[in-house]
Amino acid sequence: MANITFITQAGKSLKLAADSGSVMELAVNNNVPGIDGDCGGVCSCATCHVHVAPEDWEKTGAPGDLEKDMLEFDDNVNEFSRLSCQISITEALDGITLKVAN
Amino acid sequence: MPTKKCPFSDFPDPFAAAREAEGIQEIDDQGDPVKMVLGHRNVRKSAHDWKTYQSGAKPGRIVVPSEVNIRDIRQIPFETDPPEHTAYRALVEAWFRRPLEEAYEAALTELINSELDRALNAGAMEVVHDFALPLQSRALTLLLNCPRQEAEHWIGWGTHVFRSDDDPLDSGKANQLYDYLDAEIARAGKDPENGTDLYAHLLRAEYKGRKLTIEEIKGVMILTFAGGRDTVINAVTNTLAYFAGNPEDLARLKENPDLTTRAVEELVRYFSPLTHMGRVATKDAEVSGCPVAANTRISLAWAAANRDPGVFENPNEVVIERKANPHLGFGFGIHKCLGAPHARQVLKVLINALARRVNKIEVTNYEDNIEQWGEFERKVGFHRLQIQIS
Ligand code: FES
Repeated sequence: MANITFITQAGKSLKLAADSGSVMELAVNNNVPGIDGDCGGVCSCATCHVHVAPEDWEKTGAPGDLEKDMLEFDDNVNEFSRLSCQISITEALDGITLKVAN
Repeated sequence: MPTKKCPFSDFPDPFAAAREAEGIQEIDDQGDPVKMVLGHRNVRKSAHDWKTYQSGAKPGRIVVPSEVNIRDIRQIPFETDPPEHTAYRALVEAWFRRPLEEAYEAALTELINSELDRALNAGAMEVVHDFALPLQSRALTLLLNCPRQEAEHWIGWGTHVFRSDDDPLDSGKANQLYDYLDAEIARAGKDPENGTDLYAHLLRAEYKGRKLTIEEIKGVMILTFAGGRDTVINAVTNTLAYFAGNPEDLARLKENPDLTTRAVEELVRYFSPLTHMGRVATKDAEVSGCPVAANTRISLAWAAANRDPGVFENPNEVVIERKANPHLGFGFGIHKCLGAPHARQVLKVLINALARRVNKIEVTNYEDNIEQWGEFERKVGFHRLQIQIS
């Protein structure tokens, strides 16, 4: 089981937990504002953009090539940007914090 | 995964050589040329850069072929730039996300199943006019939240609301839509407080501390009617053609309905129902090493980007389970398709219904709809697709 904290644009903190699926799915299933997951997780819509807390970057890892491409021209990109549909939930993510980017 | 291709379910990529060579290709359009941007990265880059490549030009100019000679009304939020765009979009975004609600999906499922009942009972049909057009029109009543029988008017308008079959720029056709919208806005205006349709929603909306003008409301409605017309019709028709040619994929979806979401995205990538959309340069700029002069046009060629081999493995194959699929079929950036949640839901429900209920689709006759963009000839759909279905 991985506990993941989402911080919304409004500054609200939401603690959620799951043991499988993607981070985007977890957020969408729990109506985290600002994570829409329009494309269902195929890296096409960028409506699942999060900023990983710098201290958790090692746990999530960097984006893959296609994901990096899509982020390159997205709004509010920073060095800790990820498309959360491309992050699979495993035990290793336990305790991370993600800030909703849009 | 090379599949054997049937001529009707194959949608070739006409842009390969030009995308590889220059990455950009100028075409003429009624004396106002357009530089088509073809590569995935440059399309995204230009779409992102709305300051240099604006949408808020003269109404109709960012559309290719240009509609400046047939309309003065600005489509909203589509033909505006920030900050106006941001404010307009905020007024309609939530409304256009209603397709994600359970009740909407249930109504759409009922609607599409009854279209499919009709088709299965008949056993044979011409897909564009007997299936895709009525399905698109009736589904649109859900998006507008208006009575189902309104669709009967719209079906009568044919497959495009601005263009007739033999004249791509037909102003008489546009007037029919404008007159209809004037009457509908007037009707909704009698009781905007209690109205439950999109017109009433827009009549109640506050834009920068004031109500929207009738002109602005019309601008939103024209976009809603025009943007989702031939695009959805083509997507629906092409989907049937695809499964006629690739029954094994329909069988896989039946066995594994969880693949549907990915299949929808992959078919949108492959069909790219909207080939491209224009922008007007606000200053001298450069794309793909090619100068773009101020006040000239570029277009973002979604269809060409969606076959970019640098991004998509086997770009000319439909791989329904494609996992990483950063396609631009619904555009990219701030102007990305407002109707995408509706369109995705239509395709998802349709594919589910086909997978569950249809054993066989056979194409008996067809006529391709080929667009001509300069030298490029692109198959975007069908004028006619005659099938047998059981
Ligand atoms: S859900 Fe669409 S890119 Fe992540």
